Amino acid sequence: MASKKQTQSTAVETKTGSQVLVDTLVEQGVDTLFGYLGGVVLPFFDKLYDSPIRVVIPRHEQGGCHMADAYARSTGKVGVVVATSGPGATNLTTGLATAMMDSVPLVALTCQVRTDLIGNDAFQAADTAGITRPITKHNVIVKDPNDLARTIREAFYIAATGRPGPVLVDIPVDMQIAQIPVTPAAPIELPGYRIRDRGHARQIASAAEAINASQRPVLYVGGGVISGNASEALRLFAKKANIPVTMTLLGLGAYDQNEPGSLDMLGMHGTAYANFAVQECDLLISVGARFDDRVTGKIQTFAPHAKIIHIDLDPASIAKNIAVDIPVVGNAKQVLADLAEKAEHRPRKEWFDRIADWKKRHPLRYDTKTDTIKPQYVIEEIWRQTKGRAIIVTGVGQHQMWTAQFYKFNKPRQFITSGGLGTMGFGLPAAIGAQVANPDALVVDIDGDSSFNMTLTEISTAVMYNLPVKVCILNNGCMGMVRQWQELFYGRRYSCSSLENPDFARIAEAFGAVGVRADKKQEVPEVITAMLAEKRPCVVDFHVDPEENVWPMVPAGKSLHEMDGLDIFEMA
Amino acid sequence: MKHILSALVLNKPGVLAHVAGMFAARAFNIDSLAVGRTDDPTLSRMTIVVVGDDRVVEQVRKQLAKLVSIVKVQDFAGQDMVARDLMLISIACPAEKRPEILALVEMFQAKVVDIGSKFVMVEVSGPENKVEAFIEACRQYGIKNMVRTGTVAMARQTQARTEGIADNSK
Repeated sequence: MASKKQTQSTAVETKTGSQVLVDTLVEQGVDTLFGYLGGVVLPFFDKLYDSPIRVVIPRHEQGGCHMADAYARSTGKVGVVVATSGPGATNLTTGLATAMMDSVPLVALTCQVRTDLIGNDAFQAADTAGITRPITKHNVIVKDPNDLARTIREAFYIAATGRPGPVLVDIPVDMQIAQIPVTPAAPIELPGYRIRDRGHARQIASAAEAINASQRPVLYVGGGVISGNASEALRLFAKKANIPVTMTLLGLGAYDQNEPGSLDMLGMHGTAYANFAVQECDLLISVGARFDDRVTGKIQTFAPHAKIIHIDLDPASIAKNIAVDIPVVGNAKQVLADLAEKAEHRPRKEWFDRIADWKKRHPLRYDTKTDTIKPQYVIEEIWRQTKGRAIIVTGVGQHQMWTAQFYKFNKPRQFITSGGLGTMGFGLPAAIGAQVANPDALVVDIDGDSSFNMTLTEISTAVMYNLPVKVCILNNGCMGMVRQWQELFYGRRYSCSSLENPDFARIAEAFGAVGVRADKKQEVPEVITAMLAEKRPCVVDFHVDPEENVWPMVPAGKSLHEMDGLDIFEMA
Repeated sequence: MKHILSALVLNKPGVLAHVAGMFAARAFNIDSLAVGRTDDPTLSRMTIVVVGDDRVVEQVRKQLAKLVSIVKVQDFAGQDMVARDLMLISIACPAEKRPEILALVEMFQAKVVDIGSKFVMVEVSGPENKVEAFIEACRQYGIKNMVRTGTVAMARQTQARTEGIADNSK
């Protein structure tokens, strides 16, 4: 607080902490935040009342966090979520961990009990910083109101730069009430935070050399290409060097899947041609991906003939899961541009012929002759009718894998899904966040019944803000992926994996949304047409074949080429 | 293999929790950890001893460097450095054993810091193996209590070693 003497002589302008908070958010370009009220966050919300910031109130803080997450993933801007102390903050944890695993730039502002009550087990107090430490890129509790503005600026900077991630700032209520002198923004000084944008010239040179010498290269790209806005650089490099591209779940959209060079997704439920190509390649160029176990299968036999180039912004990501021959630490966009300059076009006819042969022999398939609604058919139909241009969001499970397989993405930030953490219930709130950020876009949540059950209360948010999100539930009446594992690995003992669902269409209607149920295969196209034309939030409950499995599948612990389900249609 | 990592960290609340939490979350083991202030009041120094193969320790170093509150991390492996532990040890010492124990203290260039009719408290500092050797030498008399700091270490500035500054306690 300004001293009496100062006030008399220079009349330093002061503001409340909560006003400084709001002003700093506006200064950081925040136009929308997702936040839920509570006792100690009242001073902040009071100042929001007069601010230009749009506030979207979720029905649960987890929903709010996923909304901010999808707002960020779909735009590249930092998402902002606000929660009160104690239960408000603990409800954020699933959302923060989701954003952390998928490197999503998020600023979470939680409020805290008065500084002098911290540690005394006060009402709605929790050690938010302690609880969220391992699930945030950085977190900090503000103990001096003069640090407020600087801390918020740093939080945005840390969240958005380098490998992005969630940053949490915990703000005790007395910090919000305090009168603090207004000071001009000082440059950010974080001596422990450095970002290496440009790859080392020598590493780039040896990577280029390996690329030009390679007979059978594969580009394996992940979410880093999307968050690093490197899709165009990737396209140019892949074209110039003539290299096929496979994507991780989070990488989908980084490379146009309609391009002949696309191998689509690799990994546990990846395409046969992507997995075979990785296992036979002589050079694997990884960009913004992290050799996750769902991608590599048995790590000892992953890409056994390949020299590995690993391009990543995060040095800790390199050589974490696998030994790398040529590490390049740097920004994907810059490194790809540098590599494109040095890369030479090679025809690699034999390699592309081999890939074409795999593609011909093992396309993604499902049984199109049955009378039941196959979930893959619904997804293909959505893809066809949206002309591949919708923003697609999913929950987690079988429906997520089918979406990754059967919707062909062609641009970055088009597919929003919880990859690393695998958060069921992500779909609906994420669709809402994406719709808030992209009011004119067509946003479709392809969801599972079990995933949807977890956060369906957010339909109410979609209705309140008149957000025309489309929810397609691929309802198989069970936790499909778990059921599949029980069928394959637990002798068909379906322990606790089936649920008694409510009537989702009637639930949607009760919330004030449009609810539709579809049981017959022949009604699928028209139901989707009607859904896409709907201006209100709309939930379509597709009752799909309950026994459908996701194929191909690399069982846990097996090598990528040891896929099950490749011959399933030949047998039928 | 044992590695000594030296981290310069911001002298702010919560930094130790960030470091300790990272070790726990990533299942790395800390052998010892010593924290102290530096000449710069905004910075502290953490000396962390970890055991693991080179790949694990390299991951530890990178994950430490990634923490926003850590300014710099150095792995002393393969470097010329001085590493020291400090120990206070209380040894059972009846009057008739005193000369023997004091000779031991002398031999280890240790220091008696407290003495009673039945015990002697000794301060020992030096490389870890010297401290370990002193403990072994004292076992026969009976160790009543002991407390050790973690290792602290510093790289040597020069390659040239004179007699005077040589590490003669090794």
